[in-house]
Amino acid sequence: MFDLALTGGRRYWSWVVFLLLLMGVGLFFYLQQLQHGLGITGLSRDVSWGIYIAQFTFFVGVAASAVMVVLPYYLHDVRQFGRITILGELLAIAAVTMCMLFIFVDMGQPTRVLNVLLHPTLHSLMFWDMVSLSGYLLINATVAYVMLNAEYKGVPAPGWIKPVILLSIPWAISIHTVTAFLYNGLPGRHLWFTAILAPRFLASAFAAGPALLILLCLLLRRLTSFDAGREAIGKLGVVVAYAMAANIFFLLLELFTALYSQVPDHIHAFEYLFFGLEGEAGLAPLMWGSVVLGVIALVALLVPRLRRNEKILATAAVLVFVSLWLEKGMGMIVGGFVPSPLGAVTPYAPTLPEWAIVAGIWATGGLLITFFYKIVVAVRAAN
Amino acid sequence: MKVTRKDFLRIAAGSVVAAGTGTLVHALSGSAPATAATVGESKQRWGMVIDLRQCRQQGECDQCIRACHQTHNVPEVPNPAHEVKWIWNEPFAKVFPFQQSEYTRQADGGTLPVLCNHCASPSCVRVCPTKATWKRGDGIVMMDYHRCIGCRYCMAACPYGSRSFNYVDPRPHLRQVNPEVPTRSAGVVEKCDFCTARLAKGELPACVEACPQGAMVFGDLNDESSPVRQLLAERYSVQRQPHLGCGPSIFYLV
Ligand code: SF4
Ligand code: SF4
Repeated sequence: MFDLALTGGRRYWSWVVFLLLLMGVGLFFYLQQLQHGLGITGLSRDVSWGIYIAQFTFFVGVAASAVMVVLPYYLHDVRQFGRITILGELLAIAAVTMCMLFIFVDMGQPTRVLNVLLHPTLHSLMFWDMVSLSGYLLINATVAYVMLNAEYKGVPAPGWIKPVILLSIPWAISIHTVTAFLYNGLPGRHLWFTAILAPRFLASAFAAGPALLILLCLLLRRLTSFDAGREAIGKLGVVVAYAMAANIFFLLLELFTALYSQVPDHIHAFEYLFFGLEGEAGLAPLMWGSVVLGVIALVALLVPRLRRNEKILATAAVLVFVSLWLEKGMGMIVGGFVPSPLGAVTPYAPTLPEWAIVAGIWATGGLLITFFYKIVVAVRAAN
Repeated sequence: MKVTRKDFLRIAAGSVVAAGTGTLVHALSGSAPATAATVGESKQRWGMVIDLRQCRQQGECDQCIRACHQTHNVPEVPNPAHEVKWIWNEPFAKVFPFQQSEYTRQADGGTLPVLCNHCASPSCVRVCPTKATWKRGDGIVMMDYHRCIGCRYCMAACPYGSRSFNYVDPRPHLRQVNPEVPTRSAGVVEKCDFCTARLAKGELPACVEACPQGAMVFGDLNDESSPVRQLLAERYSVQRQPHLGCGPSIFYLV
């Protein structure tokens, strides 16, 4: 079945080569980082996590969002999703792989990665994040392989896979909850110290992930014989609309708590994000960009007449994805470090090597998705 | 957390260094010598009292800092973003942001030394995925540079900014090397270790010894007759951010 990914036209192979090139550039800069240390990044003593960890957080969300097609189909019999659950599961596999790479490139001593297993530390949330992410990868890889293989052979899927699929639903929620716990259990990091961090993460995940899936479905329809169907894509649009509304609502809740209570620590965290501190604009342009894009997208998604127009839906999906990428893939994590425990306002911006490594990991995810979806399209076309 | 704390105590009980510090508490306080077992049961808790009145009298002073950084091979990395520091000076208003207002004289209270607080309930230890940072039976929060994977989770978790990461190879940035203390490699976290190596030899921490004013007093917080406890009983003291629940072992006399 895997050989299906190896047959393709010129366009397909040029795309694959392009991704491989990006991966090569990323690898080159990663080797530089290995040699010189994380000093070649924009990280500092005060802002000690940056785009690697932020992107990790964002893509855990993308991975978890597979549940937004799996759950409606298997628990509520939403038949339109029948054709695309596999797309969600495969997207989850690619996203979790990216997450693992983002964690790996962030490590100062990557050769010691096995220490996490050799000295399992139950009171560290990072240990549990590793457990939940690898479990999720295993579940989705199993489900996707078994389902696709059954389709390929033209036989019904074995009965035992159903409970595994059902298990993937709470497991998806768990990966993003544990990821939120990484941050919101820390004393003194006021931006993260909020009980609704996990719900916020889930809401933004369930908006960004399905938005990406909409775009992938539209792309598949244009480029291949695979059509997810108008109805499925429309339903995904509804999912994105609700999740985005919840996400913005949660953000407003946070702002109310901070601004009305006037507790300085809580205000400073948001002040830095949206207005900057001590003359450092910092993340403000990025965060306002995120808000503006998010609100425009939400309006487009909430009005049924607009949402049903596929061009508008596609645009809204792009806006949602970019908006949340800015907020969660950068602002949420970097913002947690400013001001520092000693009140320092230290700016952070990724350096060129950092961007190249990030792009290399995106390309890796893109390559996986390309191969996976190629197989799906080929299997479906054969039937 | 109870169980894990006990785990650390057990590790500490077996450690030779911990036994060594038992001798010191004996020397300092005159109490009965602590056996390895009683050390493991956390008879001691090392702590420090810093008298800001004394400290301020010295004006712009960095003798404790220099002594510490020389003793421990702390590099002088030129790029401030990659700075490594175990003890350093900070303005009063930054260290105690909620202890001052525009009307109080603390507002221009000069600078004061800050270092790892060797917390009773250290969040850095709680989050570390490899136990590369752990708390000994005598309260000292330690680092194992050979186990640390450089994930920097402990830096996110420490609410005092006490930890430094080696963003670059520190060795080229050492003026001279103290052969008794290991140098570090790039990619690991480090911080103050309360001079465990000196304690084991029955010596006081380097910063305490270096202070020309005697502003830093070191001793066992669990021993009522220790000099630190006497100072705490006599004078008004504060800890950094006590409301966060970490339980700092460093006290400041204001
Ligand atoms: S001050 Fe920070 S590094 Fe030191 S023990 Fe407390 S939490 Fe850990
Ligand atoms: S950087 Fe090292 S000491 Fe800190 S949490 Fe990670 S492994 Fe533990």
